[in-house]
Amino acid sequence: MNEGSILSRVINRLVPKYKIVPAVEGLTFHVEPGEIFGILGPNGSGKSTLIRLISTLLLPDEGSITVFGHDVVKDRLEVRKLINRVSVDAAFFKGLSAMENLSYAARLYGLDKDVWPGMASDILSRLGLEREKLHEPLEDLSRGMQQKVAVARALLTDPLLLLLDEPTTGLDPVSKREVQDFILEEREQRGTTVVLTTHDMYEAERLCDRVAIIDHGRFVALDTPENLKLKVSGNGENVTLEEVFFVLTGKELKYNGKSECVSE
Amino acid sequence: MLDINREFRRSFALVERNFNLIKRYLGWEIVFLIYTIVNTLTIAFIGLSPDGSGQDRVLYLVVGALLWGFLSVLFHEVAESVQWERWEGTIEYSFMAPVRRLTYLGGVCLYAATYGAIRTIIVMFAVAGIFDLDLGSANLLTGLCVLLLSSLSFIGVGLVAATLPLLSAERGSQAAHIMEAAILLVSGVYYDVSVLPSWMQKLSLISPATYTLRAARAALLDGASFHEIKSELLVLLATGIMLIPLGLLVFNKAELYAMRTGKLKRSG
Repeated sequence: MNEGSILSRVINRLVPKYKIVPAVEGLTFHVEPGEIFGILGPNGSGKSTLIRLISTLLLPDEGSITVFGHDVVKDRLEVRKLINRVSVDAAFFKGLSAMENLSYAARLYGLDKDVWPGMASDILSRLGLEREKLHEPLEDLSRGMQQKVAVARALLTDPLLLLLDEPTTGLDPVSKREVQDFILEEREQRGTTVVLTTHDMYEAERLCDRVAIIDHGRFVALDTPENLKLKVSGNGENVTLEEVFFVLTGKELKYNGKSECVSE
Repeated sequence: MLDINREFRRSFALVERNFNLIKRYLGWEIVFLIYTIVNTLTIAFIGLSPDGSGQDRVLYLVVGALLWGFLSVLFHEVAESVQWERWEGTIEYSFMAPVRRLTYLGGVCLYAATYGAIRTIIVMFAVAGIFDLDLGSANLLTGLCVLLLSSLSFIGVGLVAATLPLLSAERGSQAAHIMEAAILLVSGVYYDVSVLPSWMQKLSLISPATYTLRAARAALLDGASFHEIKSELLVLLATGIMLIPLGLLVFNKAELYAMRTGKLKRSG
């Protein structure tokens, strides 16, 4: 992804009704090709809104987002050819099987019908999904299995930019690890650029080259996990990314007597 | 540049997906089909007199029931396409795919027309098995032409209705059902529109179903030629030519509105 500067206000239906609030505002960032860029933030902080803005599903009120040189508003169709997304809720026709859902995706993206079934089987087997599960209705599969199919569906189209919106939320530790390993493998093998939102600090630390912490629609910090920890601890004392998160989002006001925000 | 062949192939994603859903819920599909057959038969029996006369009335009613069966499926499938995606939670996935909205909606319409035609043909054969329908004087070619032109109009109306769930997740679908009910009431599906109160007769003039039914009955019951029903055919053609681009335009505007206000996401 090239330059990505966002200044966005999105109308949300909050209480009171029709109150206009900025969902994300004043976000400026740049993601390098092949980078895994993490976005951490509490519920309702604007993570998914940001992913939707990049995925061309929301229009920014102001500012711009550019994906590999294409503006997400003016060149929507071009951007859509380059990206794919895994959302927190595996969005499928749950009555259809994994292969039927993947067939829908493959046809929409114009994939070769002689090629995609093999690719799909390969991705799903690398993700640890048993072959016999591929033809069962998704509603009969566990959430972890469904999420693996969602990851496979996104990767089937060989996206340059993969948007992962809490892809491992609700997965058991084994499934979580399998999905994380797969993301790292994809970056390694295909150089896929990844924007990942997560609540899981260990996941962010394990996967992300850089992490932005978002709170109330604004970035309060953006750096490598190591640098963020150093900035918060100050004295070189060991801190976890979770502790950094608490300090920067003000969820725990005191950490060794410090409470200031850190930003790049 | 628009590659029509490629876009046409991509539109089959919607057709295949929806037929896969039918296969998955085949039991329900059969139940709904049987219900439609029984419903059509009960309407047809109304036309029969106890002495067995009234075949013309039966044919009049059957033509209305079959046409309405086809057109309402067409309208319903197109109008509910967005709402269905909302319920399933797939709307964001489908709408961020790199396909033109025209391709997406083209696929929806292609499926709706195919599905509606298959259902109608099955119902027609079932009714023909019970009643001795005399189509000896029917002009089937003209009838088919009426059906094709009315499909264009109903696709147009359906596209306009499909925008409603983009504007309001729940109320949009409710409004589409009300539209369908209003068309059923004023278009003379089972009766001549002349029996309606005068204010309803005025409404019947803006329903494409009114012209469809009038033209189809003229062709199938009286053997009318193209020339004899050309005014109805022209109205249907003009309605289709006007409503389909209008529907697409309105749909695009509604999608932009939904994208600006954050309504393009799962709900309902």
